[in-house]
Amino acid sequence: MAEKKQTVPFQGTEEQEAALKKVIADLQDDRGKLMPILQKAQDIYGYLPMEVQKMISDETGIPLEKIYGVATFYSQFSLNPKGRYRISVCLGTACYVKGSGDIYNALMEKLGIVGGECTPDGKFSLDACRCVGACGLAPVMMINDEVYGRLTVDDLDDILAKYE
Amino acid sequence: MGNVNLKINGLDVSAPAGSTILEAARLAGIKIPTLCFLKDINEIGACRMCIVEVKGARNLVAACVHPVNEGMEVRTNTPELLEARKRTLKLILSDHDKKCLSCVRSGNCELQELCQELGVDDENYFEGVKNEYELDTSAPHMIRDNNKCILCRRCSAVCEKSQAVAVIGPNNRGFATFIGSAFDMGLGETSCVNCGQCIAACPTGALYEKDFNDEVLKAIADPEKHVVVQPAPSVRAALGEEFGYPMGTDVEGKMAAALRRIGFDKVFDTDFSADLTIMEEAHEFLDRVKNGGVLPLMTSCSPGWVKYCEHYYPELTENLSSCKSPQQMFGAITKTYYAEKMGIDPKNIVCVSVMPCTAKKFELGRDDQNAGGVPDVDISITTRELARLIRKCGIDFRSLPDEGFDDPLGESTGAGVIFGATGGVMEAALRTAVETLTGKELENVEFTEVRGTDGIKEATYHVAGMDVNVAVASGLSNAREVMERVRSGEANYHFIEIMGCPGGCVNGGGQPQVHADVRNFTDVRAIRAKVLYDNDAAKTLRKSHENPSIKKLYDEYLGEPGSEKAHHILHTTYVKRTIN
Repeated sequence: MAEKKQTVPFQGTEEQEAALKKVIADLQDDRGKLMPILQKAQDIYGYLPMEVQKMISDETGIPLEKIYGVATFYSQFSLNPKGRYRISVCLGTACYVKGSGDIYNALMEKLGIVGGECTPDGKFSLDACRCVGACGLAPVMMINDEVYGRLTVDDLDDILAKYE
Repeated sequence: MGNVNLKINGLDVSAPAGSTILEAARLAGIKIPTLCFLKDINEIGACRMCIVEVKGARNLVAACVHPVNEGMEVRTNTPELLEARKRTLKLILSDHDKKCLSCVRSGNCELQELCQELGVDDENYFEGVKNEYELDTSAPHMIRDNNKCILCRRCSAVCEKSQAVAVIGPNNRGFATFIGSAFDMGLGETSCVNCGQCIAACPTGALYEKDFNDEVLKAIADPEKHVVVQPAPSVRAALGEEFGYPMGTDVEGKMAAALRRIGFDKVFDTDFSADLTIMEEAHEFLDRVKNGGVLPLMTSCSPGWVKYCEHYYPELTENLSSCKSPQQMFGAITKTYYAEKMGIDPKNIVCVSVMPCTAKKFELGRDDQNAGGVPDVDISITTRELARLIRKCGIDFRSLPDEGFDDPLGESTGAGVIFGATGGVMEAALRTAVETLTGKELENVEFTEVRGTDGIKEATYHVAGMDVNVAVASGLSNAREVMERVRSGEANYHFIEIMGCPGGCVNGGGQPQVHADVRNFTDVRAIRAKVLYDNDAAKTLRKSHENPSIKKLYDEYLGEPGSEKAHHILHTTYVKRTIN
């Protein structure tokens, strides 16, 4: 389930806005324009905050709720930015039976965010993922490209402390 | 196009080519159950209640959207189909708040009815995780209880297609799907116009108006309070449906009798202030024409339309008539003229309106709606709420005698009555404006060009040497089309009537809910509108300016239409809003 709460203030630039407006202008006459516009908007901004969805609504005349409905339907769209350090906890079968659900919950508590969100300082974002191909190390999580395996909840503080 | 021949349950059926199986079955007297289907509005074949067997087809097909073919063989009620529908219902029930006993739709719920018809014998057959949602109470007029939502999408389809508002829709995916607004805004934070068409479309108890019956009863029980009631024209055209009368029955007399028995001190009639609205609005129109005012003039009786204009066409709010709506004019006159006449402090008058409308609950709280220094109208209830109030008070509606309204705010003409149908305000205004302009009595008071349930109607009348171009639209998607014509300069209208709900107030968001089975196959708007036109035709006085009580009101109190006093009491202002 995509998350709605915006934890990080919007910091779009004029260049980004100009790029988005060009994308919309190029696609304006397409009947099925919403998906490609949303995909390109996410390329430009990295995510689809309310400000961006409102801009799309104003420019295309597509009602905001319609855009939001699509943005929350597809898991490829994110309503929150990714942090400098992207944490993905594997909730695939092997990791899950080895307790990755507890790891995921503990991270939510420690970071004060829920899955899909980013901490207000932009440092950590948290997502669940499916199988990173390291089932032998279950339960597994990744922070950017670093893999951490055979995790316990007690390991988490030390791991997070490494990222400054 | 011609007809195609098919067999339904072994019977030979001939149906127009292009019909759906659902429609063809209907012709043969066979009812196929539906839940998500609303004709022309929500044709998505999603709920699977209407599944039927088609010989040679790989799967069961949705009858609501599947077209008929020559030689097709359809089965609608095999044991397997009945079982499959039952299973679908049980799955819906597995994530449904089944507090039927206290549900506002109990006895009138399409889900409940289907469960009975198909013999669902265990409402907890599929046990598992359930979604739990908080009620959305943020809007002034209604509540959304997603725990009772079955995700049929009838509400969001109506909001988008019929009303061009689209502030609600399905968010998220799969089991987490729910109907809501963008970024989890409460409905009250969006540019919802309070029309209530979503409530009218909802098959279950997920959407319902905020009920103010307890406040009404409390006011009546308070000996300090003088409680007056004003039912709108359209209420009498539909209230009977709640008490088993066929659609299209005029229950004006029984309604007045019921209101009296509930205990209101005076039973007046919004038809009176509809006449008053015409006096002011016709005057405003002629004034704008003569003095180069902003044209086209657009009617302001429908609070859903007014709010829509403020959100979506803020640059056209100057075109809106400054006249308050009949509901508000009624309250304003009650708390000024009537209060003075009766020697009652306006603070001790409680003005209750009964409306076919949910947006009236919002309208009474708008700025500049307090002519007597207190709110013009205190409580607005819908036709549905009145029906509940009548039952709650133990009134046997069907056995009531026909009674009339009280004086002096109960007298009305045929012009006031037709306000409830699309085109009615225009016709009523024309009756008065044309006579005022020409100074001659109209030979025929019926302006039939603006009647009927078409979404947009246009006409040109030649009056006193000038061509008056009028347009009438109902349903906000039609209003939007007319506004685009105005904005682009494509059309040169002088006077536009707009009603927020399709067909006008008779089909308002506060009227008795009509089962989709009926709604899909009959023109509810035309049947209810006929009540009003018949009521008008039967009246001796059919022009607002001939209403003796209105004449007296101007003589004794207001002076002339458009006078300073009339402006102070009967006119209002608008704001510019944004789209959310």
